[in-house]
Formats: sequence, structure tokens, C-alpha cells
Amino acid sequence: MCLAIPMRVIEIKGGGDSLMDPATAVVDADGMQKEVRLDLVDRSPEIGDYLIIHAGFAINCLDAANAEINLQLMRELAESMGEENGS
Amino acid sequence: MKYIDEYRNREMVRTLSEQLHTISRDRPIRLMEVCGTHTMSIFRHGIRNMLPKWLQLVSGPGCPVCVTPTGVIDAFVNLAKRPGVTITTFGDMIRVPGKNGSLADAGARGADVRIVYSPMDALTLAAKEPEQMVVFLSVGFETTTPTIAATILEAERQGVDNFFIFPANKIMPPPLAMLMQDQDLQIDGLLCPGHVSIISGADSFRFLVDNYNLACAVAGFEPTDILTAILSLVNQVQSGKPVVDNCYNRAVTGRGNEKARAVVEEIFTPTDAEWRGLGVIPASGLALKDGYASFDITRELDLRPEPSIEPKGCRCGEILKGLCQPRQCPLFGKRCTPGNPVGPCMVSSEGTCAAWHRYGALEEQS
Amino acid sequence: MNTHVTLDHGSGGLAGQQLVSSLFLKYLRDPVLRQLEDAAVLPQQDGRIALTTDSYVVDPIFFPGGNIGELAVNGTINDLAMQGAKPLAISLGCILEEGFPLADLERIIQSVAGACDYAGVPVVTGDTKVVPRGKADKIFINTSGIGIIGEGIEISAGRVKEGDIILLSGTLADHGITILTNREGLQVGGNLQSDTRPLHFLVRKILETAPAEIHTMRDPTRGGLGTTLSEIARGTNLCLAIDEEKIPMRPAVRAACELMGLDPLYLANEGKCMVIADQKRADEVLRAMRSIKEGSKSRIIGRVTKKYPGRVVLTTAAGGTRLVEPLTGEPLPRIC
Repeated sequence: MCLAIPMRVIEIKGGGDSLMDPATAVVDADGMQKEVRLDLVDRSPEIGDYLIIHAGFAINCLDAANAEINLQLMRELAESMGEENGS
Repeated sequence: MKYIDEYRNREMVRTLSEQLHTISRDRPIRLMEVCGTHTMSIFRHGIRNMLPKWLQLVSGPGCPVCVTPTGVIDAFVNLAKRPGVTITTFGDMIRVPGKNGSLADAGARGADVRIVYSPMDALTLAAKEPEQMVVFLSVGFETTTPTIAATILEAERQGVDNFFIFPANKIMPPPLAMLMQDQDLQIDGLLCPGHVSIISGADSFRFLVDNYNLACAVAGFEPTDILTAILSLVNQVQSGKPVVDNCYNRAVTGRGNEKARAVVEEIFTPTDAEWRGLGVIPASGLALKDGYASFDITRELDLRPEPSIEPKGCRCGEILKGLCQPRQCPLFGKRCTPGNPVGPCMVSSEGTCAAWHRYGALEEQS
Repeated sequence: MNTHVTLDHGSGGLAGQQLVSSLFLKYLRDPVLRQLEDAAVLPQQDGRIALTTDSYVVDPIFFPGGNIGELAVNGTINDLAMQGAKPLAISLGCILEEGFPLADLERIIQSVAGACDYAGVPVVTGDTKVVPRGKADKIFINTSGIGIIGEGIEISAGRVKEGDIILLSGTLADHGITILTNREGLQVGGNLQSDTRPLHFLVRKILETAPAEIHTMRDPTRGGLGTTLSEIARGTNLCLAIDEEKIPMRPAVRAACELMGLDPLYLANEGKCMVIADQKRADEVLRAMRSIKEGSKSRIIGRVTKKYPGRVVLTTAAGGTRLVEPLTGEPLPRIC
């Protein structure tokens, strides 16, 4: 069961007390917002971080640096294929 | 959508597909994916048509609804019919047919069945309706299990005593090991489930490389993710040097999410479990530890599993093992359709047969 | 003073008459309606008569962007408009559940009146019944509508031919995702809103621009665009080929669909129109659509071919191709 999407943290709430005040984050994707639980992430996210959201929980932080590297590699591949094809 | 659209980019996708097509082979390469969301993504984005003819993609037992035995489905439906019980479940389960109909059928006849998006929603409902026994049908793999475990911990903290789960969670590595031991199944590489890997870690698939020489690539769910992983697998097979290649490193680490795993270990313990089509696999399921038995509806109501009855002619079992394609099942598209499913592979929106039925006819015609 | 609907209100006696005069007629002002005769008599008309009927049982009855009242008015106006008819008048039939709050009924009737005023299409006759508690879910509405089709206007799927262009008047799935996410248990938040609105102004502009070249129009309500296109493809045995990248969507709606695993092609639209037009005038039709508020986000989304007869083919955002089937069963939010 794997449906999960990256959403950006716009607010952190709670965390003061695991019973009365569980840690949650308000996350946003293109204006759609959701409050999600942070019970399962091992570091406290910051505003602007992207979290992978599944079933109302954040299950991990997205590694933006790695994402940028991936995208850059793909762009370079596309360029080099383009050159080979003479476009 | 950030971190989604970039990975769906048409240019990038075409580039990766072209890369695959520069490779020429006489012997086919067979790759298996074991995640329902991968099955759906491949079909939804039309990725199959982009692959070279020598590349065969097989769907394995990655749909948690599909591998839930019919006896358990029947138990869900029976439970729904009990007065005082509210069933909460993810959407996929609602239409799976048991011998006495589906949860949707039970709902139509007056049972209280509600779709939730998160197990926390079920807990919130339980707190709001203390006179009902609110039961969450706990079906899922490693991605979902931590969310259920965390919900049980929260229920304990809040002192909600009318919240229960029907435990039916499973774990991925045991069926994979079992499949790899099957002589009929010739698989060269595995597309490893991306979000399961977030929890378990990419390293959790190492045993497939070490014990079975299987090429592995952890794949995300966008088209470029899937094609990148396929490329990695093909290159691994060509070079004869299988590894676990983490192609989804923006989300997955080698070690995985230890905190999530700790929460699961607090609540659950491995148990033998029956997988539809595969039989009983040791230590492949999860049961609630004794300390959390009060959340187990099967213990609360002393529910026994029903015997599983395979609908006649249904080949879901072989399809789940990747041994046959949906179209080779005599019921496919005739007696068994999304509107009138015989087996779960057709019902679940991520089931192999449902995906083929919705999207597959294109290949037939092309 | 009653605050809730009682069985008396539906018995045909004084209580019912008072409900009509103090609540319904407070907002619904049409002179023919106010005569309260058994049937509304309308002036003689020139042209073919189009008649449509629709029942509204939406749950929840109040949702972001509207409520069941304006949904009913707009929905019936749109059915007439899709046939190329100029909407003339509407009937309003309400079935009320005993115990339904009168304040809610008033809100709904106020919305009905507001929608009628905006559209310039009056309610000219109506009926109200009350059923015992539990025999209906709060309120069910049936609206029937009459419209007039002008000379030379022939809108029918039978006219669709190879080479035709497929247009969509605006963003997809707004209504469906709003309803699904507002039902109990699926709290997603965000500024999702129903797109309920009347389309007859848009249709009037389209038909003024290219009266002979509009082959068919549909508003993709229940079942969504995917089902609408499938019906046309099957009925004509032609292939409708659309491009996912060209389909306009509000970013928040897309995000909600992704999060819940819902396919926007199968979610309802209540203020959008799909047009299939002769390719000769397609660009003009597009410009005309964009010049009207209700069509400002119109786009060309595909064309009619013969490649896969009877099927709808989608070029995906990734550049692949797949088939779009008609919807079977209700769209279920996926977690997987």
C-alpha cells in the first residue's frame, strides 16, 4: 500500500505533550492543505521541508538535495541524448 | 505539483525510454514489480507501450487487498453485520466479494461501513461514538502498518476502549523469498516497492541479491522513477552484477525509518499468515502483542477465521505469482469484470486484472 | 411557530399553503408561479420544445461553492443548453423529510431563487411533499425544464465525425472532488469548491459563432468526462483521442486527486461543457468560449479519429497512451 505524495510544511503544531498535544504539521500541496501526524518521522521537520504523506501520517522527509541531483542528472541525460540525435 | 511534475516530464520520459531502446537483446528480460501502486502507475501513465519488446513486466503479490484470503474477507463481512459494530476501512476493501457478498453489499443492507483515509480517522470516530465498537480493517504492508501501530498507541494514550483493529497486515520479504525459490518463475530483476522501502530501508532487499543473485532497484512511483529503475535493472542483468540500486534516494535510505519500525515492533509481532494464491507463509503476517490484545477484535469477540474458498476458475493465485497474465484466465473480461468481480485482482483498483481491464486493451489493438 | 418540517406541511392543508406562501414565494417571484394554478401556462413559442428532468439527492446538501438548490437549477438549465435549447422555465419538486430544519429549507430556496435570477430562467410551477422521518435523506429535489431549440440547430452525437475537435470549457473535477472530500471522514481541507453554474450563456455564444459546426455538447456530470467521452465513442464507433496535458485543472484539485488516488476523469463537473466541433471553426469556437466568463479557461483537449473505433484514448502526461473506460461503480478513494 504505497500511495503517498510529497507535501510542503507550512506550520508545525503541538509536540509539547504526546497525549494532550501530539506533534502534527499542516502541509500544503498547491493550495490543498492537510494536518498530518508526525509520530513516525525521526526528526522534527522545518517550515518549507517536504514530507512524504501516507494515510494521514508523514512517513519521511523528502531529501531535497538528492532530488535536485536526480533532476539535474536526468536533464543532462536528456541533453546528451538530444545531441546524439542531432536535435 | 512539486517533486511530482518534474518526474512526469514528457521530455525526460522520452529520453529514458529511448535509452532503453538503444539496447538490443535476443533473450528477453523478465522484471517483476510487487507494489500495487507500481502496477497502477505503469498502466496509468501508459508506460508499458514505451518499453522494448524484449522487456517483460510481471506483476507479483503487491496488492494487500488481493492477497487477503477469502476467509478473512468473509470474516470482515460477517463482522459488519453485527449490531453495534462500525466497520472502518480503506476504500479498496469495500467491493471485494466474499461468499456472502462484499462490505458494500452489507452496507447497502444496513451495516455500518465507512471509508476512512487514515486509521486516525477511525480512532476519532470511536471517540465520538463510544457506544459503537469501531473496528478498523487493518490490511496493508510495511508502508501502512506503522500508521496503524501509531494509532493504537494514541488510542491507548487517550483511553479509547471502543477502538479495535482486525489484524491482517503482512510483510514483504517472506513471499519474495518464497517466489524466488519457485522454479517456474524466471525473474531477472525486481522493481522494489518505493514506499515500503522508506520504512524498511533499501538494505532490506539485499538478501535477494546475496541469496538469489536477483537484480534489485528501489523505484519511486512517477514515470521517470519507474523507467530509471527499469534501466538500472536491465544494466545490472547485462553486466551480470546484481545489486540493490536505490533509485528513489530522495525518499529512501539504506537503513529506512527506524522510528517507524520501532513503533511497529512495540505493537506487533510476526506470525504465520495465509496469502491468497500462495498459501501459508511463515512469519509473513503481523499479530498484536499480548499487551495490546485489548485492541484485537478477533480476540475480543473470539472470531475464528473462515475457511478460504477459491471461486471456481479464478486464476488470481497464479496471477499473483506472476505465472500467468490476466488474459490467460478464462474468466477475465467475461464472468469477471470490474463491475462484477470474481476475485480481488479485479476488484482492487490496484489489482493486476483491474489495471489490465481498464488500460490493457490498448496493447491488444496496437 | 414551526422550526422544522412536519407531516402537516405535506398534507395539502393550511400548513402546506402557509409554507408555500411564507417561504417559497418569499423568494420565488415569477408571476405565473404566484398564480398557484395546477399547471403553469406559458406563452406560445416558436421552435422545437426540449424537455428535461433531473433529480438531486446530493449529500452533503450544503457544500463549498453551493448547495442542492442551485445545483438543481443549474443542472436542469445545463441539460437544456447541451441540447442547444434556450431554457425557458423550470418546475421545482421537493420531497422533504419530516424534521428537516426550516432554516435549511429557506437557505436552499433562497439559493434556488438566486440561481434562477442569475440565469434569467424562472421556476413557474412546483410541488412539495413530506415523508416520515427516515424515508428520505433531508431533502430531494426534482427539477424539470423546458427550452426552445432554434431553427438550424442540430446537436446530436450522431453528427460527430472524424477530424472533429474536442473542447472543454474549464477546469476538471472541481465538483466531484469537493463533494467527496466534504463527506464525513474524508477531511482534506483546502479551498476546493463546486463549480456549479449555468452554461446557457456560454452555449448561446458558441451557437451564435458557429451554429452549424457544433456537432455535440455534453456537461460531464456523474461519471465524469471519462464516462461522457466513452458514451460518445461507443455510440459513434469513432475514437476520441485526448491529451492529459491539455486538460485544465486547478492545482488544488489535482493535488487532492493525487493524495486520495482518485482519477479526475471520473469525477463530476457541474459547470463545465464539452464541445465537439468541426475542425474548420474550432479556433473560432475556442475564442468565443474564452470570451464568456463561464468559459474563460476553455481549451482544445483532443480530436476525433478512427484509430481505435469505439474507444477513448488518452495521451498521458508522461507521453504514453492508454485507454479510458467508462466508470464502473463509484469512484473509491485509494490508499494504495
